[in-house]
Amino acid sequence: MSEPTTPADAPDTAAAPDPLDADAIAAAVDRALGEIAAAGNLDELKSVRLAHTGEKSPMSLANRQIGSLAKDQKAAAGKNIGPARGRINQALSARVTELEAERDARILVEEAVDVTAAPRRRRAGARHPLSILQERVSDIFVGMGWEIAEGPEVESEWFNFDALNFKPDHPAREMQDTFFVEPPEAHLVMRTHTSPVQVRAMLEREVPIYVLCPGKVFRTDELDATHTPVFHQFEGLAIDKGLSMADLRGTLEHFARLMFGDDAGIRLRPNYFPFTEPSAELDIWHPGAKGGPQWIEWGGCGMVHPNVLRAAGIDPDVYSGFAFGMGIERTLMFRNEVGDMRDMIEGDVRFSEHFGMEI
Amino acid sequence: MRVPLSWLREYAQVPGEASAEDVMAELVKVGLEEEAVHRPTDTLSGPIVVGQVLSVEKEPQTNGKTINWCQVRVVPEGAEQTLTADGIDPSGVQGIVCGAHNFVEGDKVVVTLPGAVLPGDFRIAARKTYGHVSAGMIASVRELGIGEDHDGILVLSTLGLDPEVGSDAMELLGLYDQAAEINVTPDRSYCFSIRGIAREYAHATGSAFTDPAAAVVVDPADGAGYPVRLEDQAPIYGNAGCDRFVARVVRGVDATRPTPQWMVSRLRLAGIRSISLPVDISNYVMLELGQPTHCYDVAKLTGDVVVRRANAGETIVTLDDRKRELHPEDLLITDASGAIGIAGVMGGAATEVSNSTTEVLVESAHFDEVSIARARRRHKLPSEASKRFERGVDWNVADVAAQRVVDLLVRLAGGTADESITDVGTAPQPILIDLPAGYASERIGMDFAPEQVVGALTDLGADVAEYDGGWQVTAPSWRQDLTIKDDLAEEIARLVGYDQIPSRLPVAPPGRGLTRTQQQRRRVLAALAGAGLTEVLSYPFVSMEANDTFGAAEGTGPAVKLANPLSAEFGYLRRSILPGLIEVAKRNSSRGFRDLALFEAGLVFLPQETLGTATIPPLGALPDDATLETLYNGLPLQPLTIAAVFFGKDSPAAAGHSPRAWDWADALDTVRLMADVVGVDLVIEQGEHRAFHPGRTARISLRSGEELGYAGELHPKLVAAQDLPPRTVALEINADLLFDAAPDVIVARHLSTFPATTQDVALVVDAGLPADEVLATLREGAGELLEEVHLFDVYSGQGIGDGRKSLAFGLRFRATDRTLTADEASAARDQAVHLAAERHGAVQRR
Repeated sequence: MSEPTTPADAPDTAAAPDPLDADAIAAAVDRALGEIAAAGNLDELKSVRLAHTGEKSPMSLANRQIGSLAKDQKAAAGKNIGPARGRINQALSARVTELEAERDARILVEEAVDVTAAPRRRRAGARHPLSILQERVSDIFVGMGWEIAEGPEVESEWFNFDALNFKPDHPAREMQDTFFVEPPEAHLVMRTHTSPVQVRAMLEREVPIYVLCPGKVFRTDELDATHTPVFHQFEGLAIDKGLSMADLRGTLEHFARLMFGDDAGIRLRPNYFPFTEPSAELDIWHPGAKGGPQWIEWGGCGMVHPNVLRAAGIDPDVYSGFAFGMGIERTLMFRNEVGDMRDMIEGDVRFSEHFGMEI
Repeated sequence: MRVPLSWLREYAQVPGEASAEDVMAELVKVGLEEEAVHRPTDTLSGPIVVGQVLSVEKEPQTNGKTINWCQVRVVPEGAEQTLTADGIDPSGVQGIVCGAHNFVEGDKVVVTLPGAVLPGDFRIAARKTYGHVSAGMIASVRELGIGEDHDGILVLSTLGLDPEVGSDAMELLGLYDQAAEINVTPDRSYCFSIRGIAREYAHATGSAFTDPAAAVVVDPADGAGYPVRLEDQAPIYGNAGCDRFVARVVRGVDATRPTPQWMVSRLRLAGIRSISLPVDISNYVMLELGQPTHCYDVAKLTGDVVVRRANAGETIVTLDDRKRELHPEDLLITDASGAIGIAGVMGGAATEVSNSTTEVLVESAHFDEVSIARARRRHKLPSEASKRFERGVDWNVADVAAQRVVDLLVRLAGGTADESITDVGTAPQPILIDLPAGYASERIGMDFAPEQVVGALTDLGADVAEYDGGWQVTAPSWRQDLTIKDDLAEEIARLVGYDQIPSRLPVAPPGRGLTRTQQQRRRVLAALAGAGLTEVLSYPFVSMEANDTFGAAEGTGPAVKLANPLSAEFGYLRRSILPGLIEVAKRNSSRGFRDLALFEAGLVFLPQETLGTATIPPLGALPDDATLETLYNGLPLQPLTIAAVFFGKDSPAAAGHSPRAWDWADALDTVRLMADVVGVDLVIEQGEHRAFHPGRTARISLRSGEELGYAGELHPKLVAAQDLPPRTVALEINADLLFDAAPDVIVARHLSTFPATTQDVALVVDAGLPADEVLATLREGAGELLEEVHLFDVYSGQGIGDGRKSLAFGLRFRATDRTLTADEASAARDQAVHLAAERHGAVQRR
């Protein structure tokens, strides 16, 4: 740290003391020490240094006179001058250290800012909470050794319905409120659930299969506080030898605890889905629910229907499997107390930015 | 299905004090989900009593109305009034002002006394009106919440009632009953009946069940009743449209008799309006047994009843008085005159029973589910009957239901049943299911004792025969949903209780974690958020115009059209994310956010030559490879696409901070950021895209030449038309292509520790020459000593010449094996400048 200094004017040179006159030299030293001590800043000290150690300073002049002295006087004069100059230099250097420390301390004080007035220079970006939740759920299953499978959103009817054991004329097919692609004879739909990805996973992979299928799904519902035509699900599928409803329950319980804490639990109630048999409705015991711990409807699950396994070329007499599915919007709604579906859908930046990169 | 508790109690052991909520709590255990409670007393409370009008004085009013000042006896003559509330006359006679005129002295009516509360929180009190103190109200059905008729007050004799004065009118009208509404899943058609629900209630509680079907004594059929022929000329999937038709005739019916209140109130709680006695009986039996029946006026029938498919051009006027064109696949009930009903869906108007009907033909038939489902869908005629038939009705209950209707017509309508009965058709083969011992335990993951298995199945109504190693199970006729051993496993678990299923965590084999692409996507999206962009999600539904503008750089790309969009305007699937993102940006802007940087990652839909497949393979079987291939190939391409829109400033203005306006370079820089995250080199060129500013748009491609997308300023005309802030910038790239282009392995570069030498050069070139080209030339010309080169200034104007610009580059040279001399660096620089001069006519500015 240095402070700009201006060159000091050459000081008037005091008369040189007689090098043999110890008293005169002592007086010069005292004068120098006094001025050094009195210097209030580094600039003043610079002038003092010039006045007392410069070429024309009394001590330098006195020193120069030694050369012209008689031989026998030179030693005595040297004994007078040498230590005197030493004391002055020492005092100078000590004072420099002192003054520099004072200056540095002062600069730090002067440079102080109001940290509470700091501007936000960088815009804070954010991921969408639904994306973050989807990734968090995926991470839990990846941690359990599962893989994440994805698939197309416009899907063949076969993958969306028939392969999942929806009979062509059965009312269950209509419960799905499907968007059909024009012309309907092309048998393309916007997938109504992520289950077609399960079928693809079974066709593409070797058993045993443990996959989670998160993604966007579509139903012909108008947007309101609790419905949206476009929403997200995550579905799990496990195919292995000897899997049972107990394995399903165990997997869901483990997942529920990782998502909602050690006090979370799950409850299964009989239900119907074309693609599972037995089928169950899944409730979660949510210990942190708004308004106190309670059971909350979370999704559906069951043992994979043998026809679904057959459609994917898996022998139901050798392998069995379980599947489950939950809504990501719904999960976010009760986990993070989102009151209105539209907040998640409309893209208001306040919604995402409130969460940032975390949920 | 709405279940009146009084009805359920006839067949199941429901405790007297149990509420609808209690019943639903039991039913949910066996898989019948609760929907709602219907309980009149939630909005209605007494005293509401039977009164007799003693006198009616008509008093014309100045407003033109005439009111009736009535004296109404509300306790039996000679008895004491025990009610003491304010406004209740101790004499037992209330003075009441009534505006209706459909009653006379002596009529028995419903009186709501002071203190009563009617639906809509309508509190009855004595009040002054038209110069009298009116101490109560003579009620209409609408005021009581039990009907829509508001033509006048309810005169009890019109319901066939002559109750004692002072008796509880709520009791009389069945208003203390309540109904539990439960959701019936599509597999459990039998739960669309009291019979089915009562059985399920017994399963849930372990209590006794009385089968209502068993209580009906069916007269033996002699085959000589009304002639009926089943002549299905075109069965669907080989299944005859009608495989049973029971026809019974009841004569001497008085169709004008009022329906008894116990039936009216149960129908009402079940959600069905009372129409006429014969129709009410038919509906009542349907709710009780799950079998829809239909009543025809025999006088309006001509000739034999024939069940057949429709002929081309045939029409029918249905009960709702609408003329309907029939489809050759529609299954019809016909007589010599033509169609008299769409089987299982809706009857015809011409043969409908009316007040003058005296002879009734009762139809109780069994129809094929698919036939009914298709007809219902074709004619958009969801009815209580079609709902049951398309889910499946118990074949065996048809004659029972017919008998029950006949019995009620005899008992309530004064009819006499013909002894001859028609019952034609063929019983379906019973469903036999092999259940190997241990199968249910294995599938559910808990040990079931053989008694538990047999007990549960027997409770369901199945026949269970033991054989070595398992059981042969005959599913009950009302459970067409039970076809495979897995269905039985569910039933056993359901009856034992799903809460008994233990918990076991299966261990998956070691996985590979997220795929490379999944990781790339996460990193890129996190980098965008880190760079200050906010992720949003928009709907993929866009207009044709939006797709034409954004969906392709030039020309019009084909788009996927929806057959049933929510809105015709947004009837296409997006080829670009930008239209949706722009909508979101505008929404934010309208909410006061003027500085935005939004991005979305999602699929876009790019149809290929073939769209879909003409047929789809059947369920339950693996299609062959060629078939699967056509299914895959029929899908549109659906690449993951990332788009962003920016307008306003890059950060909030603050003390000591001046934000910068987003501009075209931010859009391009954001693309570069994404490419850097995954380690891909980009080629940037001047681009042309109809949605973008013709001079401020970069076309971005891979080194391989594949186009990734565009970034830059949106076209000013589009910005104006969309009402966006001026200078709105955007980008859109195909993220799948970007991720695919990422190198598998990035080879390390040797880091030379010898000192570097930097040199700057300024080159004057044609204004139209892209800087990137000059930079590439310098890199080529300078050779391998050049470590890095970048453009640090662009200048045009004084001293440069018209149509020219000066590009200033910084070049850093370094050798890998020695300290470079200034002369060596200068020589390399001169070679670079020389090549630029040769190739671009660049002149070095000194």
